[in-house]
Amino acid sequence: MTRPLAAQFLPHNQLQRLLDTLHHSGHKVYGPQLRDDAITYAPLATTDQLPLGIEDHHAPGSYRLQQNGTQHWFDWLSTPQGIKPLLFKPRETLWHATRDATGAIHFTDPASSAEKIAVIGLRACDLAALKLQDQHFLSVEHTPDPFYTERRRHLFIVAINCTRAAATCFCTSTGDGPKCDVNNSAADIAMTELDSGFIIMAGSAQGTHIIEQLALNDADEAQLNEATQREANAIQQQRSVPSQNMRDTLFAALDHPQWDDVASRCLSCGNCTAVCPSCFCYSEQAEPQLDGSSTEQTREWDSCFTQGHSYMHGITVRHDTKLRYRQWLTHKFAGWHDQYGRSGCTGCGRCISWCPAGIDIIDELTLLSTDKGVADDA
Amino acid sequence: MRITNNRPTVAVHKFTSCDGCQLAILNLEEELLTLAELVEIKQFAEAGILDEHAEVDIAFIEGSITTPREMEHIKKIREQSRYLIAMGACATSGGIQALRNMHDGQAWIDEIYASPQHIESLTTSTPLSDHVRIDLELWGCPVSGRQVTAAIRALLFGVLPKTEHDKVCLECKRSQAVCVMVSRGEPCMGPVTNTGCGALCPQFGRGCYACYGPAENPNPNALANRFEGLGMTADEIARNFLFINNSAPVFHTIGQKYSDRHDE
Repeated sequence: MTRPLAAQFLPHNQLQRLLDTLHHSGHKVYGPQLRDDAITYAPLATTDQLPLGIEDHHAPGSYRLQQNGTQHWFDWLSTPQGIKPLLFKPRETLWHATRDATGAIHFTDPASSAEKIAVIGLRACDLAALKLQDQHFLSVEHTPDPFYTERRRHLFIVAINCTRAAATCFCTSTGDGPKCDVNNSAADIAMTELDSGFIIMAGSAQGTHIIEQLALNDADEAQLNEATQREANAIQQQRSVPSQNMRDTLFAALDHPQWDDVASRCLSCGNCTAVCPSCFCYSEQAEPQLDGSSTEQTREWDSCFTQGHSYMHGITVRHDTKLRYRQWLTHKFAGWHDQYGRSGCTGCGRCISWCPAGIDIIDELTLLSTDKGVADDA
Repeated sequence: MRITNNRPTVAVHKFTSCDGCQLAILNLEEELLTLAELVEIKQFAEAGILDEHAEVDIAFIEGSITTPREMEHIKKIREQSRYLIAMGACATSGGIQALRNMHDGQAWIDEIYASPQHIESLTTSTPLSDHVRIDLELWGCPVSGRQVTAAIRALLFGVLPKTEHDKVCLECKRSQAVCVMVSRGEPCMGPVTNTGCGALCPQFGRGCYACYGPAENPNPNALANRFEGLGMTADEIARNFLFINNSAPVFHTIGQKYSDRHDE
């Protein structure tokens, strides 16, 4: 067994060496980059592609970037979609079927597209959500999803500790952040950015192996103190879930008048579920070639806000927005406890920022858990 | 009702429209050759095939009804077609030209034409479904060739063509585009619009124009409220809803409401 590495110091001008080491170990490296007024993950070759001195500001239904004059690469907090699209693909082919001249049908697997991927920039909330996706897609109890499994097996994670909090963050209240638990998460490496570089720690044998190749010095006390101070900034969060377990509260509130209120504002567009790093619903369809000789079975992200999600044999069970919103919230914060032993929310706040109608899930949860008298008064 | 011919017949008819949907079929290129082997095309003006009286298994209709002649012609086509498919915004909702329904159509004719007595035009532009029974609607401005081939393929298999119900937003997220409304405050019709285009405009940094018409379970009021929050005037909000599919009831009602607010 390898001896755990002490926290080490990676100067800013040596981050490129970390990228190169990951490249040389066969990884395609993804990192945060500025694209279309947002910070999103894209293939990363050099550090000058990273967003320098850029902060993201979040509010219900709003996301804006701003220069902050620093030389930091990781002052942004959350990408619009996190890591989900890299592991649980928005659309993919599950199998092909071809009909030969005799009419017999032959099934074939799609060619494997899994490659070794390293992602730099995930936060504690993302790691917690990744654990939830793993629970779902890697479940041995049910059949593990072969597509997710293969990609997950090839994933290397460099996590970043947050040093700010957005107005939409609430990971401290869900118990999932803001600091990455390097010994008990999917992170292979975790880093905290300082003014002159990074505190870098290994979270796995693979991570240790990569860091050892960099031949760095141990971090000194001043550097560790700076990291602790900067990490403390992320704890100041304005929002919090009323409770980490709202199962009984929500299941007792199925007739709460707040569901009607939120349904009047909700667009039923599914953006919240698409950006949610733990949501896993998908639908499947057959896409035949025009000549009818072959077909592809594909799956794509679905959402509890679509008609198809609750369509059964001629009936759409959840035909209106009230029922669809209630499904989303009660599954995420109540039913999830029965299925996976905890809430399905890790406090990233994406569903608040990226809701085009600016619905704040914390406000809704708070009203649903405290305002039960409204219906009786009416 | 099931198509049993080995090589069913197909017609593509044009009413009041820009021909864009016909061009979307022509743009299928290689697939068009496969299509021509699977079906016999009897009428398709943009492809140079003309026999407007041909009885066919499947008729695709582009365009809205805007003249007395068209009112009669669509009834004849209904009689001579087993499946009648309304194709594109004009045929499904009346198209951009249905804007005249909200105004004095006769006054416009008198104003625009030097000799209005020669113009035989209705004062309205209406979708096919106002005049004849429709078997399937393919929304879009224009439709995509893929919608047309998927419909034909399904009918050849003897199954109902799959219709898309998701909102543009979901397709936008699947394509990993960044929401233009959230990141830039750009008005976008995606949250109330049916997908089918693959969220084309948001992927190029523009808001959705609602080409594919209202999605199922839409909440236009909530979107209009959001537009107000972005600082748009009642007129601007009305114009977002009263555009390509202005006569689709969901868009018409909210658009009219904001139009009237301006008039007050």
